[in-house]
Amino acid sequence: MHVDLYERIWMWGATAIIVVFLISIGVTTFSQAFVPPSHIETIDPDEVRSHSEFGEPGVTIHADGSATVVVQAIMYAFLPREIHVPRGQPVTFRIATPDLIHGFQIAQTNGNAMVVPGYVTQFTTVFEEAGEYLIVCNEYCGIGHHNMFGTLIVEENPSAITGAER
Amino acid sequence: MIPSHRLALANLWVAVSAFTIASAMALMQALSRADLDLPFRTPKMYYLSVTAHGVLMAIVFTTFFIMALGYFFTERAFHRSIEQRTVGWISFGVATLGTLMASGAILLGKASVLYTFYPPLKAHPLFYIGATLLIVGSWGWSWVLIRTYLVWKRENPESRTPLAVHGMLATIIVWLLATVGVAAEALLLLIPWSLGFTEKIDPILARMLFWWFGHPLVYFWLIPAYVIWYTITPKVAGGKLFSDPLARLVFVMFIVLSTPVGFHHQLMDPGVDATWKLFHVFNTQLIIFPSMLTAFTIIASFEVAGRLKGARGWFDWLEKLPWGDPAFSSVALAMMIFAIGGWGGAINAAYGMNAMVHNTAWVQGHFHLTVGTATALTFMGFSYRLMPALTGRDLELGLLAIIQPYLWFMGMLLFSISNHLTGLQGMPRRIYQFQYGGSEIAQQWLPGTGISAVGGLFLFGSALCFAAVMLGTGLAGTKRPQKEIDFAEPIEPPGHKAMILDNMKVWTAIAIVLVIAAYALPIIQHLQLERFGARGLSPF
Ligand SMILES: [Cu+2]
Ligand SMILES: [Cu+2]
Repeated sequence: MHVDLYERIWMWGATAIIVVFLISIGVTTFSQAFVPPSHIETIDPDEVRSHSEFGEPGVTIHADGSATVVVQAIMYAFLPREIHVPRGQPVTFRIATPDLIHGFQIAQTNGNAMVVPGYVTQFTTVFEEAGEYLIVCNEYCGIGHHNMFGTLIVEENPSAITGAER
Repeated sequence: MIPSHRLALANLWVAVSAFTIASAMALMQALSRADLDLPFRTPKMYYLSVTAHGVLMAIVFTTFFIMALGYFFTERAFHRSIEQRTVGWISFGVATLGTLMASGAILLGKASVLYTFYPPLKAHPLFYIGATLLIVGSWGWSWVLIRTYLVWKRENPESRTPLAVHGMLATIIVWLLATVGVAAEALLLLIPWSLGFTEKIDPILARMLFWWFGHPLVYFWLIPAYVIWYTITPKVAGGKLFSDPLARLVFVMFIVLSTPVGFHHQLMDPGVDATWKLFHVFNTQLIIFPSMLTAFTIIASFEVAGRLKGARGWFDWLEKLPWGDPAFSSVALAMMIFAIGGWGGAINAAYGMNAMVHNTAWVQGHFHLTVGTATALTFMGFSYRLMPALTGRDLELGLLAIIQPYLWFMGMLLFSISNHLTGLQGMPRRIYQFQYGGSEIAQQWLPGTGISAVGGLFLFGSALCFAAVMLGTGLAGTKRPQKEIDFAEPIEPPGHKAMILDNMKVWTAIAIVLVIAAYALPIIQHLQLERFGARGLSPF
């Protein structure tokens, strides 16, 4: 099959670009364990509200300084409504919902995950900047979808965190 | 009138009607997102209209237009009428009935589940049954065209498949592979559940089946636009197609790669293994190739046109192109927009970057460049040829047709760039308003939503021009014999080179193997989990 010289060059260029994309995705995945939130754990949506873990959402600070945040996403709020986490420490979010699909997005960061009834969402991230962040639901969940939000406060001083060592 | 032109025309009218209603919905949403006080602006109306806009534009307008195109191209390229026209009419009836059922449910406020209809959001059963009938109707259309192709092939065993038919067959194969997923979702999960036969539904399984369909749907929209770019536009520009075999290669790559990619829409989902996400992401990046190839071939074809008209310099061939012919300008502008949209797509499919933009306003900014312009603007531009050809009437209101693509281009730039930016600032997609308890972060979005609303006004103006030209031409254009729509000649006829590219059986077989590789194991693994399921809710 005859292919024009310039088009041939273009095809090699396109191939090179795609190879660069594939390598950068592959390298970050395998060398830095950089993966999307893909935790596999199921939970009965009917039991979320009375669940030993998700029934009492809140923040736990561990001995090594890292934190676990347990969140209940409901129509139309994130519980607890205000979440305090330490700066510069790994923070693991564990989120479940008793009703519909929601999105858990910490605006202007890459903290972003779907919350699906029947499944536990879990991801870990580090906040490098102290301050107040807005959490929004970014998956349509009915007539009050736009009222579903929460507040995340990244504390410079971990001892300020209420509910610590709970 | 050629009898089956009537069939293509019927499909075209449904497409134009759906487009017009959906445009009105869009205007309301664009203004609503800018937080303007409008009469009738309530959350219920907003989410209802987002659903109606999505379903009518993305599913109804595209599918009916593509069906019209399929009939028209097949007959024009084969110089014969289609086989089994009755099946074509029955399919049209079934698809139209389905559309009326689903849109009725939406407009009555019983199905504000958006066009992705993720359970456990639960719509009225009529919505799911209607959507299924629309797809069943499109299967009938697929059958008629495949049948016509096979009969032609039997009579012309030595001939090259005309390029336009080659592309439409690729469209049909992608569509058939894709709709297996959504048909399974509707028949096995959604319809029994919405009718009350089952109590609970597994939302992740439903999402897997939906996106099995949802991403190749993108190529179902795009391939027919490419067919127009390859087989019509070079001729409209006054030139020739730069390369015929490479066009066939592009169509074949879409057949193979369109479907095993759906998990890139579930990158942020729990319950889906990261390894499978990675596999789908890799496949997705490969689909950049056929579009890169298309960009080169089409622009080279335009340069050929300019040179044939006497251009000598580096860029003066651009001036020689027929910018005043909307059938040309629509495609040239659509390609410029698609160049931005394509790179955005590559970003969305890389999960590191996707985390920043997933489900934000960025996403609607993105797909209004791709399906909303690359596809929709191409279709509108070609309608200015198709409607006169099918009705045997002169184009009316030609001036509106000339400005329409430019209005769309302007509007879409404003709309889309501002939505990309507010998305990066964290604004979610599909929200009625953004008070968020007076959050300062949310206040930053206001200027962007204002620009996006101005873009929406331009787009609505453009849509009105289109609708006026279609109605004027179709109902009141002067009746007289119209010039035939001719296909572009390739610079070099394909002859018998690379015949393998015409062998649809081989490519379909490879595609099926890849679909199985991408979905069989993940679904089997998924079914082995202890799954609880979710009850349906209809909070709208
Ligand atoms: Cu929500
Ligand atoms: Cu996709």
